[in-house]
Amino acid sequence: MTRPEILPLGPDGVLVRFADALSEPANRAALAFRAMVDASALEGVSETATSLTSTLVRFRPDQVRRTVIEEALFRIAESREWSDVPLPEGRTLWHIPALFEGPEAPDLEAVSREIGRDPETAISELTAAPLRVLALGFAPGQPYLGFLPEHWNIPRRTEITPEVPRGAVVVAVRQVIPFANPAPTGWWQVGRTAFRCHDPELDPAIPLKPGDELRFQAVSREEFSRLSGAMHGGAEPEAIG
Amino acid sequence: MTLRIERIGPAVSIQDAGRPGGMGLGLSRSGAADRQGYIAACALAGAPLGAAAMEMAGFGGRFRVEAPTRIALAGARMRASLDGAPIAWNATNIASAGSVLDIGAAEDGVYGYLLPGGGLDTPEELGGRGFHRIAGLGRPLKEGDRLSVLPDPAPDAPPLILPTPAPETGPTRVMPGPQTALFDTDTRERFEATVFTRSAKANRQGVRLDQDGAPFTAGAQLQRVSDFISEGDIQMTGDGTPYVLLADCQTMGGYPRIGTVLPVDLNRIAQALPGQEFRFRFVSTEEAEALWMADEHLLARLRKKLNPLVRDPRMMSDLLDYELIGKPLAD
Repeated sequence: MTRPEILPLGPDGVLVRFADALSEPANRAALAFRAMVDASALEGVSETATSLTSTLVRFRPDQVRRTVIEEALFRIAESREWSDVPLPEGRTLWHIPALFEGPEAPDLEAVSREIGRDPETAISELTAAPLRVLALGFAPGQPYLGFLPEHWNIPRRTEITPEVPRGAVVVAVRQVIPFANPAPTGWWQVGRTAFRCHDPELDPAIPLKPGDELRFQAVSREEFSRLSGAMHGGAEPEAIG
Repeated sequence: MTLRIERIGPAVSIQDAGRPGGMGLGLSRSGAADRQGYIAACALAGAPLGAAAMEMAGFGGRFRVEAPTRIALAGARMRASLDGAPIAWNATNIASAGSVLDIGAAEDGVYGYLLPGGGLDTPEELGGRGFHRIAGLGRPLKEGDRLSVLPDPAPDAPPLILPTPAPETGPTRVMPGPQTALFDTDTRERFEATVFTRSAKANRQGVRLDQDGAPFTAGAQLQRVSDFISEGDIQMTGDGTPYVLLADCQTMGGYPRIGTVLPVDLNRIAQALPGQEFRFRFVSTEEAEALWMADEHLLARLRKKLNPLVRDPRMMSDLLDYELIGKPLAD
């Protein structure tokens, strides 16, 4: 992988971008870069974060100059090869129950046609896929999960669904998102989970971290109803080191 | 002490300095749409940065004050009266127990701020009290709500006023961002040469800008991966229509952004009325950095500009409207 680009994002932000297009190595590099920035405890840095392929470093322009931050980030970028960095430590594998049928899966038939599989195969591929939290974004705790197999590289819908419910499991472009809140979307809804991306009753209120792994488990309607009140919507965390 | 909402406009919510530090969790900072206007309300109230205010978009409401308190009003000027008597804007006013505060239509902008006592005392969620629609936090205020108010930090302070800043007339300043280079030189020059008008389509997430020329499209924009958004980013949607993103923007987006409006100028966009004209001018990152100001510094600067409220000429003209003093006789 080539060196990342170091770019301005607002007067108090620097974006370190590893790729213009989504790729697994670029996502891993962004996570590792953020960890190195955090470990170096640069003076004047107020916040760090990762998106799908970038690391954001926010700073206080009244405490440190942009050129100083950019120079420090350049040195970190030069300090290693980024194509083979390991994933962060202390990750969790989440087993997340979801219902993939009936009114909770309004686009399952259409998605099955798009990927050239029958609905049963689509569900088994979706639940077999080893998914990873690539980034949290759009709404608090809401994960962008990747990657589904190559034939799931389907475009977003041409029409926006005015609102999908909290917990809607939507797919597009080899990714899956369980929605944190009711929201409009151009993605395809193929299921629903009782897992809450942001649960104010829990500590931490946001359970997922970038780098965490995730598997969906297909459950019956009865099981889904029963899990609606359960902690984490019945999802089980498992430490994977 | 509580404030009871007897009547309310359609877009009134609690707002504060937002929830910074949550980009990695998918939480944009949000907070007041006109940050300077909100900080002016904090300065007037003597409240700390982060105190919760009422943000009123377009129209306020009728509020019953249940115990004596000072009330700071700032941001877009709105028609305001206390028990029927007109009161000053960009000022603190003293409300007695049982008095009724009426805030009407905005006259020179969109977002007005009302900060009673030491701020509204509603429960915090994820480190803030503000309504953040896309994050699913809070809700718009509604008729019948009773809001607790924190004790007034200086209940015996005299009423204060802030000088109203002169309206800015020059081009709105924009700095380059991570996608600016996707727009070719001609498009960027045309962007600076174009007169945009503020569309009627606007909310706390963003303001659409209209113009008569060709759309502002970037090369290969549909294949690009979503990436971080900054408040103030000027996003070009699929058909090349610009939207300036405001406080409630999402954390990531896939549309290309031609640049970022400097925070010091962003309130001009937030407070613009439909039809208002804008031009943009690119400045360097160095200039943008030099114009950045910490909220704490702005608050300290505004506190130094506070004056005792003696007699407000605008109030005099309102008094004429109310015929409390004699108007010239017509013949």
